[in-house]
Amino acid sequence: MPTPSRYWREIPQRYRYEAGRCKACGFICFPPRLVCPRCGAREFETTKLAGTGTVLTYTIIRVAPEGFEDQVPYAVGIAELEDGVKLTAQIVDCDFASLKIGLKVRLEFRKLSEDGEAGIIHYGYKFVPA
Amino acid sequence: MRDVAVIGVGMTKWGELWEKSLRTIFTETALLALDDAGVDTIDSMVVGCMSSGLFVGQEHLGSLLSDYLGKNPAPAARVESACSSGGLALRQGFIEVASGLSDVVLVGGVEKMTDVTGCEATYALGTAADQEYEGYHGLTFPALYAMMAVAHMHKYGTTREQLAQVAVKNHLNGSKNPLAQFPFKVSMEAVLSSVLVADPLRILDCSPITDGAAALVLCSLETARKRKKPFVRIVGSGQASDTIALSSRKDFCWIESTQIAAQKALSMAGRKVEDIQLFEVHDCFTIAEIMITEALGLVKKGRGGKAVEDGLTAIGGKFPVNPSGGLKAKGHPVGATGVAQAIEVVKQLRGEAGERQVKGAKRGLTQNMGGTGGSSVVHIFEAD
Ligand SMILES: [Zn+2]
Repeated sequence: MPTPSRYWREIPQRYRYEAGRCKACGFICFPPRLVCPRCGAREFETTKLAGTGTVLTYTIIRVAPEGFEDQVPYAVGIAELEDGVKLTAQIVDCDFASLKIGLKVRLEFRKLSEDGEAGIIHYGYKFVPA
Repeated sequence: MRDVAVIGVGMTKWGELWEKSLRTIFTETALLALDDAGVDTIDSMVVGCMSSGLFVGQEHLGSLLSDYLGKNPAPAARVESACSSGGLALRQGFIEVASGLSDVVLVGGVEKMTDVTGCEATYALGTAADQEYEGYHGLTFPALYAMMAVAHMHKYGTTREQLAQVAVKNHLNGSKNPLAQFPFKVSMEAVLSSVLVADPLRILDCSPITDGAAALVLCSLETARKRKKPFVRIVGSGQASDTIALSSRKDFCWIESTQIAAQKALSMAGRKVEDIQLFEVHDCFTIAEIMITEALGLVKKGRGGKAVEDGLTAIGGKFPVNPSGGLKAKGHPVGATGVAQAIEVVKQLRGEAGERQVKGAKRGLTQNMGGTGGSSVVHIFEAD
């Protein structure tokens, strides 16, 4: 589980959805990188992820890793956002029966997990049906 | 570059080895390999292990294992590439002998996975995925492969039954392997009614949690020839990397690192896949074997499900895949898997595979993979 410094360091992505747009080719990296995976350029400007997208694939997790045991079963998926970024997150507020490839979703800021009684509460984005 | 031979192999029964520690499991198999080779002195050793730190709280494995094997001060290194750590150890040993730096190298792989709870093991395995952008959201390895399966079924019409057929085939093969963790058959009905882990994958689609080790002795062709005993040559070695986050891939149905690693190994060997009679591949999940048969070029894209259904990949089929029982039935002590794949191929090429022998096998291929395909290592072996 993350230490406070690690958690704090990741806040721009988890809370504010900050991505890096390559100044040379326009490719958007999430999380931000130092080298563009598409063109190799090294200059980026900060941009915010598009808020909506489409589910490309999904599953329902029945056996959870440490820290998520009390949430099973829960749905997760990979969605492609309007800006072309593909990202992985839980899909919530959605009947399992209505999960499908092509489902329109939007990002919503939610609680993800917690470290324990006195630990950090982890927040971040989840997908909800748009 | 010098030619490289495998002159000895060692493996013990895999399973939940509660009475044995990591160092004991490794040392037992390493001694078997050294005895099989008839070698006592080694120039160095390389050990593949994914996560002894998380599984048993022990790092610095190279020295620990060299010490317990009685080989100090021989140089010893532990290498890691998630579930392809064993394949990587083999490649590093191969490079070391091929370069001329060492003449005799012990290559091992080990993982001791049952000293932690199932939840902790799931977490440790999950570190082979992107911890910040997959693990943070509660993703597991079965979940990532389940998402690959959903995509493959959607795009190519691969069926739930075809996935199950991979498990049925590999357990049939594994029932003939006395060292397998699960040396028994499973029926299609048993797979389809086993408990769901991550839809559509059920527990019998998944490779198990296993304690185990495996070891090989490599040497130069020159040294191998002096021994006047049968040996097997490594004629091709290839490795490639890809994104570790599944979401960053162009196509969730295609394992590009395997395709590239296989191309490199085949090109080094000067062979085509049609020249190879058996394949030990990384069936960590049933969908993985289907996608690997496609990436290796045994079948066209999208046809992997049909291939297993038609018996193409059975022993006796055109391309026998996982005659050992694969990760599914033999077990998957992650760091040892890639080395054990090579052991199966060596045994097959020496004609020592018993009931699961692929008749007339002259060449075999191993494909070992880390994560969801973030790394792949492929080797090609030939009977001398
Ligand atoms: Zn760029």
